[in-house]
Amino acid sequence: MYKILKKRELNSTVTLMEIEAPHIAPKAEAGQFIIYRVDEQGERIPLTIADYDRERGTVIIIFQLIGASTMRLGMLNEGDSIADIVGPLGRPTEIPEGTKRACVVGGGVGCAIAYPQAKSLHEKGIQVDMIAGFRSKDIVILEEEMRACTDNLYITTDDGTYGEKGFTTDKLKALIEEGNQYDLVIAIGPPVMMKFLCQVTKNYNIKTLVSLAPIMIDGTGMCGCCRCTVGGEMKFACVDGPDFDGHEVDFDELILRSSAYKAQEKEAADHVCRLTGEVRHHA
Amino acid sequence: MPNMNPKKVPMPEQEPSVRNKNFEEVALGYTAEMAVEEAGRCLHCKNHPCVAGCPVEVKIPDFIQKIAEQDFEGAYQIIAETSSLPAVCGRVCPQESQCEGRCVRGIKNEPVGIGRLERFVADWHREHSSGNRPVVPSNGHRVAIVGAGPASLTCAGDLRAMGYDVTVFEALHVPGVVLVYGIPEFRLPKSIVAYEVNGLEQAGVEILTDRVIGRSLSIDELFEEGYEAVFIGSGAGLPNFMGIEGESYVGVYSANEYLTRINLMKAYKEGYDTPIAQANKAVVVGGGNVAMDAARSAKRMGADVTIVYRRSLEELPARKEEVHHAEEEGIVFNLLTNPVRIHRDQNGHVAAIECVKMKLGEPDASGRRRPEEIPGSNFIVPCDTVIMAIGTSPNPLIRHTTAGLDATRKGCLVADETGATTRKGVFAGGDAVTGAATVILAMGAGKTAAQSIDRYIKGQN
Ligand SMILES: Cc1cc2nc3c(=O)[nH]c(=O)nc-3n(C[C@H](O)[C@H](O)[C@H](O)COP(=O)(O)OP(=O)(O)OC[C@H]3O[C@@H](n4cnc5c(N)ncnc54)[C@H](O)[C@@H]3O)c2cc1C
Ligand SMILES: Cc1cc2nc3c(=O)[nH]c(=O)nc-3n(C[C@H](O)[C@H](O)[C@H](O)COP(=O)(O)OP(=O)(O)OC[C@H]3O[C@@H](n4cnc5c(N)ncnc54)[C@H](O)[C@@H]3O)c2cc1C
Ligand code: SF4
Ligand code: SF4
Ligand code: FES
Repeated sequence: MYKILKKRELNSTVTLMEIEAPHIAPKAEAGQFIIYRVDEQGERIPLTIADYDRERGTVIIIFQLIGASTMRLGMLNEGDSIADIVGPLGRPTEIPEGTKRACVVGGGVGCAIAYPQAKSLHEKGIQVDMIAGFRSKDIVILEEEMRACTDNLYITTDDGTYGEKGFTTDKLKALIEEGNQYDLVIAIGPPVMMKFLCQVTKNYNIKTLVSLAPIMIDGTGMCGCCRCTVGGEMKFACVDGPDFDGHEVDFDELILRSSAYKAQEKEAADHVCRLTGEVRHHA
Repeated sequence: MPNMNPKKVPMPEQEPSVRNKNFEEVALGYTAEMAVEEAGRCLHCKNHPCVAGCPVEVKIPDFIQKIAEQDFEGAYQIIAETSSLPAVCGRVCPQESQCEGRCVRGIKNEPVGIGRLERFVADWHREHSSGNRPVVPSNGHRVAIVGAGPASLTCAGDLRAMGYDVTVFEALHVPGVVLVYGIPEFRLPKSIVAYEVNGLEQAGVEILTDRVIGRSLSIDELFEEGYEAVFIGSGAGLPNFMGIEGESYVGVYSANEYLTRINLMKAYKEGYDTPIAQANKAVVVGGGNVAMDAARSAKRMGADVTIVYRRSLEELPARKEEVHHAEEEGIVFNLLTNPVRIHRDQNGHVAAIECVKMKLGEPDASGRRRPEEIPGSNFIVPCDTVIMAIGTSPNPLIRHTTAGLDATRKGCLVADETGATTRKGVFAGGDAVTGAATVILAMGAGKTAAQSIDRYIKGQN
């Protein structure tokens, strides 16, 4: 059992937790993830390591309460424990040699995954701009943290209620057009956002890393359900990624495969909501 | 006077039309009377060819003799001298090509039911023994074991019995993963695997789950932590795909994913969270045990199931009993057939699989006749689920993160007959070395490696 040491609700649907994981903290690097199970009946759910504390032996995760399994985690409190946490999984992000200036783009809860990337670039002495896109003002997260580790932080909202109105793709294009020269773009967010960002950066020939989050089970290369097509080849995101060269990724396939369990998940989530999560369906 | 009945005492089984809707064990096991009767069929041949057919050389006529004498615990002790997982092997060994394949009784009639008797003895022991295993005092030397499959568990058990302090590191959240996620409940009840694992823990083996070696810890770090030797029994879990068009459509699974969702995460049980799509018509590609298990699981989930295999019935590599059971349960076999592409509907879901007819040509390197396509014989099988069960390879994670550990072109770790790899102090065995094989071979390799590790550590000190 692994104890939850800290819990902070970043907005109504995004929660941060610090979890005791002495077997993971010493090795964790930016770009890697963990898989947790809430309890003996739980699904295995992957989440990015948003931060870690090697001394305290903890990892920090930031997750969106999107379906049954993340809601179950969200219902736990400081002092509660979860059944399993395994990691660090996946390859750490590889920053290309000679990168001097990077732009990190996060979309929605993707900012939680993009933030540790920005932080790690910043710690390496690389100049970092960050574009953080949200639907609306009330779901903006991690603003202070992102500001602290970037040279320029640009917040955009789809509805214009905060920061600049518009999409992250438009902002990136504008920054490049204004003459900002980036050697690297890191894009993390919904697959559709990453797809269009990659089209922008391809036009300007800027190396672009994306972090893919296909459906996963084991996270060790055993089930193959995280397979994606990258550069025309089949890759397993959990062991070959999760970071890939965005210009090589078949995003349409990724979007299609992510929808595989939509129907069942909606049903499961409705169950949790109806029962306020106190009882598992048919427990 | 031996029992000269030409046939084995029949195995009590669930009716096919009942069992293909539940996940309970198909074969119910012999009663004591049946076991004694079947034991009577053994001729106690002087040169006992059956023993040579068993990879770990279980003393077959000796344990059968004990059964005939109704000394079931005595029979168990004889098997336990050479095999550490008899309840498992009795159920899943391909007996027809091993022990029973050599049985003298099998020349004219059915061989002695060695597997069934072994299963009976192991089950009897489990039900009647106190279950307490002696805790051998520590000899002060530590060994790390990677993975918790049959190779590792055997190696761990044997080393612990010699006094070593053994820690098993397993990537997933349960030990015995393949025996749990792969082989389904209806063929190998999970309680049997759990019993074996509990026994090891009682004997003092430490099992740490959620530890991926190569990520959480490297092999080098295991040595830094004070382990004097490492055994790698990480299996061959990486699923192969065919490389045909459409394998990324929704509704295409590797058998590993399909079986994992059902068995490990228990998607078939109410109350568990893992989702699985309801298949109406499933096509399983492949002809091994994995294909049979996937097909029979899909059947139990309510699908109509067809197996597509490119060779003929004789070449099916699965255990004969499983093929027979699958047929009885209403699974259709489309033999001498190979998929060429998968078709989708407008939502990107699987709609059909296009296949081509095959014929058998000249024998290939493995001695089996090579299947060849019959040009222009393409046909379409409508389906909503495709399960690929065309083999697995060793996972590259450990060899990619360990300097000096050589592997073959196919990704199998290089190890000599003692289990020693090309890296000092590192031993390996089971599917990680041989590629996907059998439980009994993995177990045998674990035993051999335990002996070698003992010699190695004594030699170092
Ligand atoms: C490597 C990796 C890292 C991730 N890191 C984070 C993170 O740091 N923070 C975070 O909030 N989420 C992250 N995710 C996504 C997270 O795993 C999913 O949101 C979670 O599995 C949803 O589970 P659920 O049961 O709560 O929802 P479900 O009921 O399973 O799903 C609800 C909805 O989310 C969709 N969905 C399911 N799985 C995914 C997925 N993997 N990616 C995108 N959509 C999905 C479903 O189609 C459905 O519409 C990551 C995923 C991966 C693979
Ligand atoms: C569906 C199915 C049906 C089968 N049916 C039969 C049958 O009827 N008869 C038969 O004899 N054989 C059968 N087999 C094959 C048999 O299960 C294997 O040959 C046997 O399990 C191999 O044992 P092993 O110990 O080498 O590896 P495995 O049993 O594969 O165990 C390896 C373990 O190592 C873990 N691991 C892997 N990498 C790491 C890592 N980096 N760090 C930590 N842990 C790791 C894995 O999670 C796994 O638990 C079947 C296999 C499957 C999948
Ligand atoms: S271990 Fe397997 S091969 Fe050996 S005797 Fe038992 S069933 Fe036969
Ligand atoms: S070969 Fe058959 S009959 Fe002869 S000893 Fe072995 S099991 Fe008995
Ligand atoms: S999650 Fe199973 S192979 Fe990647």
